[in-house]
Amino acid sequence: MLKKMTPLLWFLFSAGGTVAALLFPLHVLVTGLLIPLGWIDVPGYDSMVSLVSHPLARAYLFVLISLPLFHGAHRFRYTLYDGLKLKHLHVPIVLICYGSALTGTAAAAFFLWNFS
Amino acid sequence: MTTESGYTLYHPKWYRHPVSVWWWLSSWGYMKFVLRELTSVPVAIFSLLTLWQVRSLANGSEAYARFETWMSSPLAVVLNVLIFVAVLFHTQTWFLAAPKAMEVRLSGKRVPDILIIVSNYIGWGVVSAVVAWFWLGR
Repeated sequence: MLKKMTPLLWFLFSAGGTVAALLFPLHVLVTGLLIPLGWIDVPGYDSMVSLVSHPLARAYLFVLISLPLFHGAHRFRYTLYDGLKLKHLHVPIVLICYGSALTGTAAAAFFLWNFS
Repeated sequence: MTTESGYTLYHPKWYRHPVSVWWWLSSWGYMKFVLRELTSVPVAIFSLLTLWQVRSLANGSEAYARFETWMSSPLAVVLNVLIFVAVLFHTQTWFLAAPKAMEVRLSGKRVPDILIIVSNYIGWGVVSAVVAWFWLGR
């Protein structure tokens, strides 16, 4: 089963890696640093809500959350295998890594779908 | 023959020199490789922070205020500085690997690696500018 999934998992890894490479620097800079430190005029609650209400913005956020989660899960799995030599624990590692990514994806889908 | 461990499908009897768990500490090149692979953790953490932000937005202005208060705490700022550095490292190494992951040919000739890398950086700039404009520029 996992073997059959391997091409899909590598696809999600590279798609998520590309999304993270292209979009995360800006998002971390703005959401994580510029807004909390007060260095830019904050888009406040109301303007954020009106922004996220747009279906395209929600699709964008879904991609932004979900694909990098799968990218991270896949990469972390192999880091545990090779870096910490834990390949003999592959069953729990696979379940925890992809399970977390799936849970995060489901949560993102839920909140974004029901967003109003 | 067992394939349970997943390592040694073939030649299971070959002697393998035992490698320490800390093999990657022995050279800067290995260390950079492990650090690059470990950018997966900050990347996933930032995905979860974004998920939390969306949830707070969905739960109303008080929930969103709690999110913003936490994000401006010293701990969160330090965490976000670390995430920012890691994400930039991810972007740089991802673009560096792009020509190795995908060979591009134009009229039969292989496009030089440096052109692929530079076009990745240009794409990054354009995408960031477009998103920033939609998000903050109005």
